[in-house]
Amino acid sequence: MASPLAELRLSRRALLRIGAATGGGLALGILFQARAEPESDTQDSSQHNGILSPNAWIRIHTDGRILLVIARSEMGQGIATGLAMLMAEELEVGLDQIQVEQAPVGSAYTNHLLGEQATGESTSIRDAWQIMREAGAVARQLLIAAAATIWSVPDSRCSARRGRVHLAEDPRNLSYAELAETASRLPLPPAPKLKPSDAWTLIGTPQPRIDSPDKVLGAASFGLDIKLPEMLYASIARCEVIGGRITGWRSEAALEIPGVLDVFAVRYGIAVIAKTSWAALRGRDKLELSLRPSANPAADSNRIRDRLQGALKGRAAVARKDGDVSTALNGSHAQIEAVYEVPFQAHACMEPMNCTADVTTERCDIYVPTQAQGRTQATAERITGLPKDRIAVHTTFLGGGFERRREQDFVVDAVELSQLLKRPVQVVWTRADDLQHDFFRPMSLHRLRGGIDAEGRLTAWFHRVAGPSVLARIAPDEIRDGIDPCMMAGAADLPYRVPHQRIEYRRADTQVPIGLWPGGGYDHNSFAAECFIDELAHLADRDPLQLRRNHLADRPRHLALLNEAAREADWDKPPASGRGRGLALAEAFGSLIVAIAEVSVENADIHVHRILCAVDCGQAINPQSVRAQIESGVAFGLTAALKGKITLTKGRVDQRCLSDYTPLKAHEMPEVSVHLVASDAEPGGVGGLAIPVMAPAVANALFALTKQRIRTLPIRLS
Amino acid sequence: MISVTLNGEPLELDLDPDTPLLWVLRDHLGLTGTKYGCGEGQCGACIVQLDGEPVNACQTPLSAAANHSVKTIEGLSPDGRHPLQLAWIVEEVAQCGYCQSGQLMTADALLAKYPRPTDAQIDAAMSEVLCRCGSYNRIRRAIHRTANPESQNG
Repeated sequence: MASPLAELRLSRRALLRIGAATGGGLALGILFQARAEPESDTQDSSQHNGILSPNAWIRIHTDGRILLVIARSEMGQGIATGLAMLMAEELEVGLDQIQVEQAPVGSAYTNHLLGEQATGESTSIRDAWQIMREAGAVARQLLIAAAATIWSVPDSRCSARRGRVHLAEDPRNLSYAELAETASRLPLPPAPKLKPSDAWTLIGTPQPRIDSPDKVLGAASFGLDIKLPEMLYASIARCEVIGGRITGWRSEAALEIPGVLDVFAVRYGIAVIAKTSWAALRGRDKLELSLRPSANPAADSNRIRDRLQGALKGRAAVARKDGDVSTALNGSHAQIEAVYEVPFQAHACMEPMNCTADVTTERCDIYVPTQAQGRTQATAERITGLPKDRIAVHTTFLGGGFERRREQDFVVDAVELSQLLKRPVQVVWTRADDLQHDFFRPMSLHRLRGGIDAEGRLTAWFHRVAGPSVLARIAPDEIRDGIDPCMMAGAADLPYRVPHQRIEYRRADTQVPIGLWPGGGYDHNSFAAECFIDELAHLADRDPLQLRRNHLADRPRHLALLNEAAREADWDKPPASGRGRGLALAEAFGSLIVAIAEVSVENADIHVHRILCAVDCGQAINPQSVRAQIESGVAFGLTAALKGKITLTKGRVDQRCLSDYTPLKAHEMPEVSVHLVASDAEPGGVGGLAIPVMAPAVANALFALTKQRIRTLPIRLS
Repeated sequence: MISVTLNGEPLELDLDPDTPLLWVLRDHLGLTGTKYGCGEGQCGACIVQLDGEPVNACQTPLSAAANHSVKTIEGLSPDGRHPLQLAWIVEEVAQCGYCQSGQLMTADALLAKYPRPTDAQIDAAMSEVLCRCGSYNRIRRAIHRTANPESQNG
């Protein structure tokens, strides 16, 4: 997944694209592409023929419109606003002066941290930070050069401000619209000239989300809001038994539903085709299916737990080895061992999976709430055989993504059906489909051993992760020496300095489909590691915050953040009577977070009253978005800590509806305070940052209050 | 024919009276602001007002709306300047936004009943609408902001 960004920066160069914009006027487009793409060079030479390349970030029209292209999916994280801010900062325009447009599929829009055109794993801002600002800067430099040319003055006498270029000590000024045509004929500047940080007017300031007005009107268009002429609707009944097959079906009752047109088998199940969504859903309810279970033993939570427990013993792949853990444990003053358990989790996006496709013999248009435009195009290419340039992916707003929308199953549904029916088709998943046919966050077990010396310092740390491999299906090439990096994030890169460490992974695959989840490996590993370090602090009779400090002594950012959190939470003073406080720290996605949870217990019911998060995400682009993302992660993380659990019985997922798998509700939401520390370090990701620290912070708080160790999620008190 | 007053306009609908209001709005009237989240009355994304009361549109057959008044997000204000909508923007409530129509219609019904709701009243009403993005605290602030405009000092 991740590839080093540094390499890329050296190989990028700018291309200028000029041509007639649709709707009249001239447009100036700036494109940055990898040097190693000869294809773009040939396009380069033919660019002056009046056709605007869609591969542009910025278009300045002669009618005054300034269009910024957003190549990441907006799923609530505020990325459209964040990316627009990066470009607008350097372009010297206000957010009130721009329009944004969702990018088509194109190599220029690759997320270099993911190696594909996709949104996820808290990468968007890290990937865009340099590129988007450079795009804005080059455009600004060209517009200034255009004004200088028109006025016959040196560039240095011109400056840009709010969409106009002004001449120093002179009333003359020209709008970008007036300059666009001249600018488009100028040679590119030798290098982008980025503004110094003290000249920023947008970056680092809280800016309102640009999508709020549409969202409060109900006017934002999500996947299910797409309506095409002649469009049909489809609901697909999938085999409910994992690994099983639908061997027969009776469709008479379904076909009697008014509006139901047809029922037939497709790749993933039995499709009911109808004139309306409601008819498709009703018809599908009337299907009678016969199933043949898998020839393998049925997927079953108890059986899977046994399997993972077996994987806690025996050989394993070694992800990290510092010193000699066995000797250090044997020689330690005191040692403990514990096993932690994390269940399967669903994504449960509020907008169920869906996709709309319009396939003809000539082309394919896909309207989809997706996090993975590149793969969506590739999926359609494989199914239709059409060339890529005739497959367009139109990204709608996403009613939640959470990595679920990196998958292609719903795209296959729609493209296949539209190709077959020669009509636009919208495939609607039910909530039960969405919960039962998810690619779940994997279940995992963790065995940890730790030793302390007589001074209460950690001397040895052993952590074995046992669980199925996420990357085996998604990116098998990234598994090296038996290590799935996605399963090991947060374990192999434990932030604490412990002289003797051994981190192991024992792969134990199950039949249960699994996939990426926000927070990735940090979720399960931080729960285990951050709770276990609390256990060791208790063993050493040390304050858990102080023990962490002791092992981060040479890491000033970590220390500063711990101190900030401690100060804000009054950690040195005991909590109110009847309350418990717990702490957790995570280093992930280039960012750091410390969470402190405050809980109480009433008749075995857990109340999380307050969550304090201290965050160091480097340079925050839009602090308002960072705060909102942390709050969001608190809710998502608490759902997983306290409520969510996917279980299987005889091959079936037990959870069918939102009363079986209920996200945190309004009355369960704690007070959240987010403390952002000022930093000018490179921006880090924040989308999944708060999720991994919720379960351990709450579990540690419960221990402080009840002396009961929580080692299994979701948290239950005995 | 079934008569419904929808967002203040009288409407005659020639549809199966069993059709859930959700799909009448979405499939037949093109009012897609009301969202499908579960179809089982558990998420609240489809909440609309029936004679001012918040109801899950997916659990309300068209027949139940006959000769009654239905208000959807599209009818909350003519121009997006309903005090709740403005407060929602100021408090930056919406993230993915999918549940927000249900949240706004529930909040509007709450304020009609309790012009100055307590936190407990807000919790009781708003717990009917799930938000996977966790916008709950902002929703609470936006409701208080709407209910107590004088205490906000702009």
